[in-house]
Amino acid sequence: MTMLSLVVFLPLAAAVVLAALPRLSDGVARWAWVGVTIVDLALVVGVWAAYDAPPAGALAFEERAKWIPGVGSSYHVGVDGLSLPLVALTAVLFAACAVYALRERDRPRVQAALFLFLQSMCLGLFVAADLILFFVFFDLSIVGMYFAIAGWGHGDAARSALKFFLYTFLGSLALLLGFIGLYVAADPHTFDMAELVAAAPLSDSPLAGGLVLAAVLIGLAVKTPTVPFHTWLPPAHTDAAAIGSAVLAGVLLKMGTYGFVRIAMPMLPAAWRDWAWVIIVVGVVSVLYGALVALAQTDVKRMIAYTSVNHMGYVVLAVGAAGVIADSDAQARSVAVTGAVTQMVSHGLITGALFLLAGVLQDRAGSYDMGAYGGLAGPAPRFAALFALGAFASLGLPGFSGFIAEFQVFAGSIAAVPLTALALPGILITAALFLRALQRMFTGETRGRSARFADLRAAELWAVAPLLLLALLIGVVPRPLLDIIEPAAAAVVQLVGR
Amino acid sequence: MEPLALLPEICLLVGALAALIGGSFLPRQRQWVLRLVAVAALLAATGTAVVGLADPARTVFTGTYSVDTATGVARLVVAAATLLVIGLGVDELADDRQESETYALLLLSALGAVVLAGASDLLVLAVGFLLASIPLYGLVGMARTPVAAEAAMKTYLLGALFGITLLLGVTVLYGVAGGSAYAELAAALGSAPSAAVAVGVVAVLGGLMFKAGGVPAHFWVPDAAQGARVSAAAFVTTVPKVGALVAAYRLVDALPGTVDTRLLVGLLAVASMTLGNLAAYAQTDPRRLLGWSTVSQVGYLLVPVAVAGRSDLALPSLLVYLAAYAVTNLAAFSVVAALPDRRTLAAYRGLAGSRPWLAGALLVSLLGLVGTPPTAVFVGKLTTATAAWDGGSAWLAVAVVVNTLASLFYYLRWVFPAYRPGEPVERSATGAFAPRPWAAGAAVVAAVASVVLGLGAGLAWEIATGPLVR
Repeated sequence: MTMLSLVVFLPLAAAVVLAALPRLSDGVARWAWVGVTIVDLALVVGVWAAYDAPPAGALAFEERAKWIPGVGSSYHVGVDGLSLPLVALTAVLFAACAVYALRERDRPRVQAALFLFLQSMCLGLFVAADLILFFVFFDLSIVGMYFAIAGWGHGDAARSALKFFLYTFLGSLALLLGFIGLYVAADPHTFDMAELVAAAPLSDSPLAGGLVLAAVLIGLAVKTPTVPFHTWLPPAHTDAAAIGSAVLAGVLLKMGTYGFVRIAMPMLPAAWRDWAWVIIVVGVVSVLYGALVALAQTDVKRMIAYTSVNHMGYVVLAVGAAGVIADSDAQARSVAVTGAVTQMVSHGLITGALFLLAGVLQDRAGSYDMGAYGGLAGPAPRFAALFALGAFASLGLPGFSGFIAEFQVFAGSIAAVPLTALALPGILITAALFLRALQRMFTGETRGRSARFADLRAAELWAVAPLLLLALLIGVVPRPLLDIIEPAAAAVVQLVGR
Repeated sequence: MEPLALLPEICLLVGALAALIGGSFLPRQRQWVLRLVAVAALLAATGTAVVGLADPARTVFTGTYSVDTATGVARLVVAAATLLVIGLGVDELADDRQESETYALLLLSALGAVVLAGASDLLVLAVGFLLASIPLYGLVGMARTPVAAEAAMKTYLLGALFGITLLLGVTVLYGVAGGSAYAELAAALGSAPSAAVAVGVVAVLGGLMFKAGGVPAHFWVPDAAQGARVSAAAFVTTVPKVGALVAAYRLVDALPGTVDTRLLVGLLAVASMTLGNLAAYAQTDPRRLLGWSTVSQVGYLLVPVAVAGRSDLALPSLLVYLAAYAVTNLAAFSVVAALPDRRTLAAYRGLAGSRPWLAGALLVSLLGLVGTPPTAVFVGKLTTATAAWDGGSAWLAVAVVVNTLASLFYYLRWVFPAYRPGEPVERSATGAFAPRPWAAGAAVVAAVASVVLGLGAGLAWEIATGPLVR
């Protein structure tokens, strides 16, 4: 069955067509982009509907073809409970971006081709079951994002894009080094994920295992990003265009956290257990530091960017807690990992929506400065309502997906490692900063740049509303999603504990 | 005696002689005939090399020349790369006063590179070295500008110096081993005085480093890349490396363990990649930047040589990387050849908006040189780093990765202006972008080939996997 390959490469094929037709009119290009993303989304829905949880260690919709047999690398793809939700998130978010960009005036054809290319790379990464394939998509997504920031950004976009590229390239190379270490340690040598998980090389050599884990962790931590590797994130977000930010936060950051549960934990279980405390500490620091710095921001986009550091910190915290197996039961650790994966989906939807909304500010008034606005709810009620929904969802209000995720993260983590309760104030600070932002920008007398602020247009509304609706849906009816994630999370926990 | 085993070499030689002699008889406007002759010779060499790949691996001419996978791949890469060089140089060379001589020199030097790659005897190695070097001096100096003259002088002096050290090394090794064939070296050097062996090996490797353009014999590379004609620059930074690196591999593989040659090669590798990268940082002339970039690439290419025989991956990774490097480097030089008047990186500003295909080729080639997948150099870098780790030199793998990161910055310095959006094409003295047609075509072909080779790396790997005979 070649369903997954179709899902992954359909956008790429469309990108090539769009890139090769310079005479295509802008309108056709915009709608073709929307059309392709909708078709791809429909295919993903089809995959979801036909998905049957595979037995532990196996993948659904698996495909395998020879690539470089000489070095034990193949084109191997498949989905399971960890990757399917992220594949769906990617398809949804890119479709939302395509709709949002219907108003784009700056080289829409090239932008559509670039984002379709990027979509293929992101989807490919989440379905990859071979380390080299994973790396190929990882690296190419960086290249695509570089052009998205440098080409359509504003402010000091060139510099931010370069910083993003250099920083994340450092991460990808560290990752590659770790992959090579896994390859060399495995007997027989292979880059295949399933075989590496089964073999768990380096379990008997704590030093080499620790070094390889360190390389992999640095690579993933830069991408996630966690403190102290997060410094590329705020400028990249601030200077990228709205859809670039949405994709960066919504999808690309997940590549890092996905790598934890897909690669680091199951392939290096012994080293993961040894270093779990370090990971927990990094997670707690990321949660608190991200929240505190976000609190200090006056720039809306920077604030949302730092809340990403905070939100990704919960994920890191949870996967770290899952590595502390002394005096805790597998049930709690499984809940933590389930929460982590749910948080990836939830953060993608909510932060994607918030960044798209922040893009409206730049579009209408050319500023992200909170102080420049006031009483926006008057002239732009729809904008205000959606932003408020996004903010409440992001701060973890029950009824939204963020609550489901963070509740499980903490329930599982605190049961496994009580000290992780130190991160709880992060939720409080996030609530405070979002409420403060809402109050400063939307309430009170209409002033500053809020005057004559045009409300959301149809394309913007249809891009953002579905994302928040999905976040609400997951918050109210979480079972369908959790049913997919839970078996896979339990499998990861079992692999770490072996 | 098996002359038929050397058919590809014979094709190159015949082509070179035909170009040389024919040039004396044809008027300048009809020298394109000789271009066809050269292309035909290269195609014949490619074809016979492909056929030759199926032959059993063996040595010919009483053990002095290896006909095995490594020689076969080197023949293919050299012939194909020289074809590409002629393709990217057509605009520059057509109706030039020295067109036929250029083809003759290109073919002779290509032949020298192949002989270097196939030599399994020190004396044949010396012949190959001279055959590959002497035409280069002419090629570099052909441009008749002061810069080219300086570059030719530098190349010549360094070539003479390192040629002498190579011959000295050959003499010493011959003296202590009592024979010059690699099989004899492998058998006899183990019991020879290690100091003498070390001197001989270092001297021979020094000569090969000149051909490869690696530290410590790299000084001529940036000057030649900047001063020579683009076609000549593309050739000298690509084809001789193929011969020199395969030769270095064969030599290191043949040496006994009494002298730690592999450590020396590893150190040279790290020095080359690091120095090449650092020096490339400040360059503003794209040709000089590419020149330094080739120095750093030699460093990566030396990594499998440093683990020769210690990992099954080493030889195939070297051969795949050589093919990948050749096609990717030539893609970058083709872009330069298409826009010969743009001598600064800033002059490429707006290229993507005006000539998207050419900009695409530039992007693929430069990101390819960084080692971004799915281009072929990615497979090369990945497998060389893996081979290094597998061969017990994890530190070399780390060096490759760190240097790759360092190299990204200067390649991006070139990509960035080309993709600078919303800017009109610079209409300064150089005017709008009007790429030369053949070179632009060569750039696109080479860039596509680089990606195809990366995606089809499985097949390439299979071709490059085979025994090394001596």
